Amino acid sequence: MTATEWQLLWFTALVSAVSTFLILPFGLLTAWLLARHEWPGKSIVETLVSLPLVMPPVATGLILLKILGERGAVGGFFYRHFNTDIAFTWRGVLIALAVMSFPLLVRSTRVAFEQVNPRLEQIARTLGASNARVFWTITLPLASHGVIGGMLLAFARALGEFGATIMVAGYITGKTATLSTEIYHSFNNGEDAHAYRLLGMSVALAFIAVWSSEWFMRRKKVAK
Amino acid sequence: MVYAPEESREMKLLLKKISLPLAEFSLNLDVEIQNQVTAIFGPSGAGKTSLLDLIVGLRHPKSAFIQLGERILTDTAGRVHVPTRHRQIGYVPQDLALFPHLSVQQNLLYGCKGTGASDSLFRYDHVTEVLEIQPLTNRRVTNLSGGEKQRVALARALLASPQLLLLDEPLASLDTVLKSKIIPYLARIRDEFHIPMLYVTHDWDEVQALCAEALIMERGQIVRREAI
Repeated sequence: MTATEWQLLWFTALVSAVSTFLILPFGLLTAWLLARHEWPGKSIVETLVSLPLVMPPVATGLILLKILGERGAVGGFFYRHFNTDIAFTWRGVLIALAVMSFPLLVRSTRVAFEQVNPRLEQIARTLGASNARVFWTITLPLASHGVIGGMLLAFARALGEFGATIMVAGYITGKTATLSTEIYHSFNNGEDAHAYRLLGMSVALAFIAVWSSEWFMRRKKVAK
Repeated sequence: MVYAPEESREMKLLLKKISLPLAEFSLNLDVEIQNQVTAIFGPSGAGKTSLLDLIVGLRHPKSAFIQLGERILTDTAGRVHVPTRHRQIGYVPQDLALFPHLSVQQNLLYGCKGTGASDSLFRYDHVTEVLEIQPLTNRRVTNLSGGEKQRVALARALLASPQLLLLDEPLASLDTVLKSKIIPYLARIRDEFHIPMLYVTHDWDEVQALCAEALIMERGQIVRREAI
């Protein structure tokens, strides 16, 4: 393993972990709203949330590029007001990973929330608890294994993300290159040994993340 | 420590113009309840649990006027709906709904308000003493027997200092031996806390052991009232 490969591994793991924590509050809120409430437009939101799962990742990446590029609505705003680029920087990588892994977090967390017996939440309210207290003291602890499992799944998805990342952040060594984009680039350039070492690292990381996720999901403490 | 009981609490629960559509029929009631322990007696599926859910504010009726003492809890005509957490109604559901991730003590303290002198009857040490659950407080609720769970659920509801206690078939899941052990605890709650109770059951023996009056319910309607 070379220093560059360790740096790649560290950058990919870090940006995947940060993106997972970045989407956590939004994921929890979305999953809770979908699991516990009926509201107009719910099916539209459900569909939108799941879209990145089924759309070609490069298509999602292209949409993100249009939004986050210097001429895009969000990217243009940040460039004009903060002189900050999003596309083709580590920020672009972060957002691409966040968008691509969001559906997995929401789906796992939603299932975990749905499996918490609503009667427990109702009884907590009869004991004087506010909605926020019910969520933090009853719903979330009882769904915690599913939530952690979902986070690990989202992290694993982020680790392997390629299509959206290459569109939004490109491949810039030492700046935006991740394990997957580096494997692609190395293999195309005939650096097979380098590519296979990175492949081994990817498989090991993904295996650990998915195995841990499954383990947490199986151990979930669900009150029926 | 033994506390002198407070003066008897008179309950006046008004359930007027109640209309709540259920799966096969509608809950339709117009009744005034004043006794300390009133049974809601009827077969399974008569709408008894739905009625309790309605009183505690967990269901939104098509129309209803619900008043407990001087407080209007629900008035659909006047668009009044006091949230469940502000109703001060204790509720022990049929499945008890003890929080499985918390210890017995954490369950008991979840809604505990009984620290002030005015609520001396609902103080933690008094309630746990009456229901004999002091030895259980450090255990996990998942490790309790059926009868112990029952007493913890009752204590948890009492510790929130409710003005009314709703009990939904509290003995339905227990065998005859356990029932005979729990009934005296319910009688102690009735006699020591003087708290008004609505007691849902389909066991007439329980009605006779604990209640002053029974409202006989069938398919969402009170078909008759009987003094015990």
